[in-house]
Amino acid sequence: MTAADVPPEDQVVPDASPAPSTAPSSPWRRAFGWIAEGNLALVTFLAVVVGLFVGAILIIVTTTATLHAWGNVFSAPGHAFGVTFSTLGHAYGALFTGSIFSPSAVSHAISTGSGWTTVFTPISETLVSATPLMLAGTGVALGFSTGVFNIGGQGQYICGAMAATYVGFAVHLPLLLHLPLVVIAGAAGGAVAGFIPGILKATTGAHEVIVTIMLNYVFLYLLDYLLTTPPFQQPGQSNAISRTVPQSAQLPHLLGSGLRVNFGLIIALAVAAAMSWFMRRSTLGFQFKVIGSNPAAGRTAGMDARLATVLVLTISGALVGLAGMTTLSGTDFFMSSNYGGSNGFNGITVALLGRNRPLGVVLGSLLFAALSTGGRYMQATTGIPIDLTTVIQAVIVFMVATPALVREIFHLRQGRTGKILLFTKGWAG
Amino acid sequence: MRLELAGITKAFGPLVANDGVDLTLVEGEVHCLLGENGAGKTTLMNILFGLLHADSGEIRIDGQPVRFADPGEAVRRGIGMVHQHFMLVPVFTVAENIVLGFEPTRRLGFLDRRKARADILRLSREFGLVVDPDALVENIPVGAQQRVEIVKALMRDAQVLILDEPTAVLTPQESEGLFTVIRSLAKSGRSVLFITHKLKEVFAVADRITVMRLGKVVGQTTPKETNEAELATMMVGRSVELVVNKREANPGQPVLELDDLTLTDDRGLTVVDHVSLTVRSGEVVAVAGVQGNGQTELAEAITGLHHGNVTQGSIRLAGQDVTRASPRQALRSGIANIPEDRQVDGLVLSMSIADNLVLDVFNQQPNARFGARDLGRVRRDGERKLKEFDIRASSAEVPVATLSGGNQQKVVVARELSRPVTLLVASQPTRGLDVGSIEYVHRRIIDERDRGAGVLLVSSELDEVMALADRIAVMCRGRIVGVVPHGTSREQIGLLMAGVEQSGQGQA
Repeated sequence: MTAADVPPEDQVVPDASPAPSTAPSSPWRRAFGWIAEGNLALVTFLAVVVGLFVGAILIIVTTTATLHAWGNVFSAPGHAFGVTFSTLGHAYGALFTGSIFSPSAVSHAISTGSGWTTVFTPISETLVSATPLMLAGTGVALGFSTGVFNIGGQGQYICGAMAATYVGFAVHLPLLLHLPLVVIAGAAGGAVAGFIPGILKATTGAHEVIVTIMLNYVFLYLLDYLLTTPPFQQPGQSNAISRTVPQSAQLPHLLGSGLRVNFGLIIALAVAAAMSWFMRRSTLGFQFKVIGSNPAAGRTAGMDARLATVLVLTISGALVGLAGMTTLSGTDFFMSSNYGGSNGFNGITVALLGRNRPLGVVLGSLLFAALSTGGRYMQATTGIPIDLTTVIQAVIVFMVATPALVREIFHLRQGRTGKILLFTKGWAG
Repeated sequence: MRLELAGITKAFGPLVANDGVDLTLVEGEVHCLLGENGAGKTTLMNILFGLLHADSGEIRIDGQPVRFADPGEAVRRGIGMVHQHFMLVPVFTVAENIVLGFEPTRRLGFLDRRKARADILRLSREFGLVVDPDALVENIPVGAQQRVEIVKALMRDAQVLILDEPTAVLTPQESEGLFTVIRSLAKSGRSVLFITHKLKEVFAVADRITVMRLGKVVGQTTPKETNEAELATMMVGRSVELVVNKREANPGQPVLELDDLTLTDDRGLTVVDHVSLTVRSGEVVAVAGVQGNGQTELAEAITGLHHGNVTQGSIRLAGQDVTRASPRQALRSGIANIPEDRQVDGLVLSMSIADNLVLDVFNQQPNARFGARDLGRVRRDGERKLKEFDIRASSAEVPVATLSGGNQQKVVVARELSRPVTLLVASQPTRGLDVGSIEYVHRRIIDERDRGAGVLLVSSELDEVMALADRIAVMCRGRIVGVVPHGTSREQIGLLMAGVEQSGQGQA
């Protein structure tokens, strides 16, 4: 079946046709239709459900107490179910308590009037972990929606943090001048790391995936070198750690000194909002989208696809660099080897989870961060390893990446949105 | 073998592609299935070949109902299909391609090449299908590739051969050769189902004709009982002009001057070879020729898309040198470009009509200001152009991907003709369009000419060239082998297209 087989469009979308019969009047029926259609946001939500379900099975088969109870299921069936539900309840309860809030801490705070910091600590920690993911995710998403695969998040993250660290300790200015300079340095550091694969792709055709992956190693080892070399290395230290940035280069806390949530979150949300405007309304964003969907048509219409590639990778790198800056100036204040860990790579994951839309990236980052912070608490209180949350995260991403599978599991009809998405993918590929 | 399709119905969502189609194919006949693009011909053939499954209706072979789960089953029941796009492995030899999937083997599973070659040569002699079993498919012309496809089907003992738009890639001479093959196949008792939207071919080969429109069979006839005008009317449901009404051209100043232009492709091979050609304002110059003889590269060079590969010569637009202009400079200097493949080079299918209409001027006032797009303005202009250019869509906000080919092409035409045009370069401007859209696009091209623009029409459709051109330049193997006035006979142009050079013809 090719497009040419379809009778003319005026048949498909008739002007004079009555209102579509599939749009019923009652909001309930509309909601039902929406669910049955397998809307993309719904698919993402169901992916989370599947992820938690798989996690539950893993908890059951890896916890000694539940396995033991199921071993005696014929003599004490009630016990087996009881143990299972209480284990799952404790585990997922801890996941929630550790990442959002603890009801008992809330009641304690209300009755005693103190301990509010304890109440807000979990959510603050979630926001702290979400901040770099939002920025890195927005950067990667910009690349994806322009057809550029920026896999160099790790390197750009390190580069941004390195530049922020250097400007942090080497420049001495009052906070109001120093901090903006640190922010700009972070973005500039990431931009340089993004510009390199951009210019290489535009001038020599080198594939950005290879170049960005390789550059990750370059910056990883450049950091290792700098961390043992003055002026970067902390004086008097033989360990590979950098100097600490002074107060004037640190992002201020948002909710008092007891909670680590900081101004980096505001930067991340502002960047996501700006990106949303940029992709919808700006001429440059339009050009990026055109070149991402069909570079040949862009070129024919007079657009410079090569310049756009350089710009996209530079901006994408700058945003990932900003992510590195926010952890450096927000919570860490110095760098050590392999700085940022998997934050750069997780940017790719949340971009996928958020379907390359800034709002989606923000929500995806929050979900990911909540699973990580909650997972740490779960490990501490129930002994279930934090790796479980990594599995849950992986299952969610897997499900989001294969919407057809989710639709199959939940018997959803193929929605219009889904078709168009797949279609665009086909042409972008 | 007698093949019957009875009451075949197939819907894609709200769209009924086949609506109760009946078709009977008797032994030894050439049956033409005629219809516009989008009439449902290919859907019907895909159902017959087991690629799609009908919602209702029946396929019968010699009166017995059959069901094909997949093409393999259709092949086993003696149905062969030659697709519009060949399914061949370029790096394999002709013989290897033909036996692919049912290789004759000797003991221990060794390929029996000798038997394969012998079988191929036997069939090739029997039906006049000239193929060289040892040539690599990538090295043989498309006409020969098509013969390979036919031999492939015959090797699998096809009694019914479906040919989907087989002449789209052939020269007039090659088409003649194909028709001869088709007739000899019919004489051997096989039947041929020939799908086309070209009226002339129907009269050249058909024993019987079935016409489809919008998924339905609208009529059945024989070449003796009908004529071209009647068939055209049946296809579109109204009378169409097969000829474009136009005045004599009134050529003025030269707007495009190609001087000794030579281009190479990425591998360094010469694709346009010392071409000199002038297009004046107020005239249509057609570049005719079988596809792949340098026309595409020539058009791309003029529109700035191939500027890296000019090795010699110059391109001048209204006296200005634009040999090395970028695409943007080319279109700003007054070139309108209807690219050869609208879905690849002309449109961003996932984007709305309104966005596609401003692909070239998206960042200029009044569409944008200070880097921010005026979306309301773009949408309103889009709605206006829907009416102005007769684009059939429910709104300017729908993705171009949902439009039919004709309406997609109108979007390209609307965009390109919304700029001031000095030179219109139109490459295969009506490929794959229905008759109504063809008429519309032709009208627009002639209107541009009458307004004083120069038009360079690149087309491999001889009918189109004959209908529109004031002068015809024929290209073969990268060179212009002759420039002839309009009114030159088809045969003469066909000879030029095949590379037979004419000494008596004057150069432009």
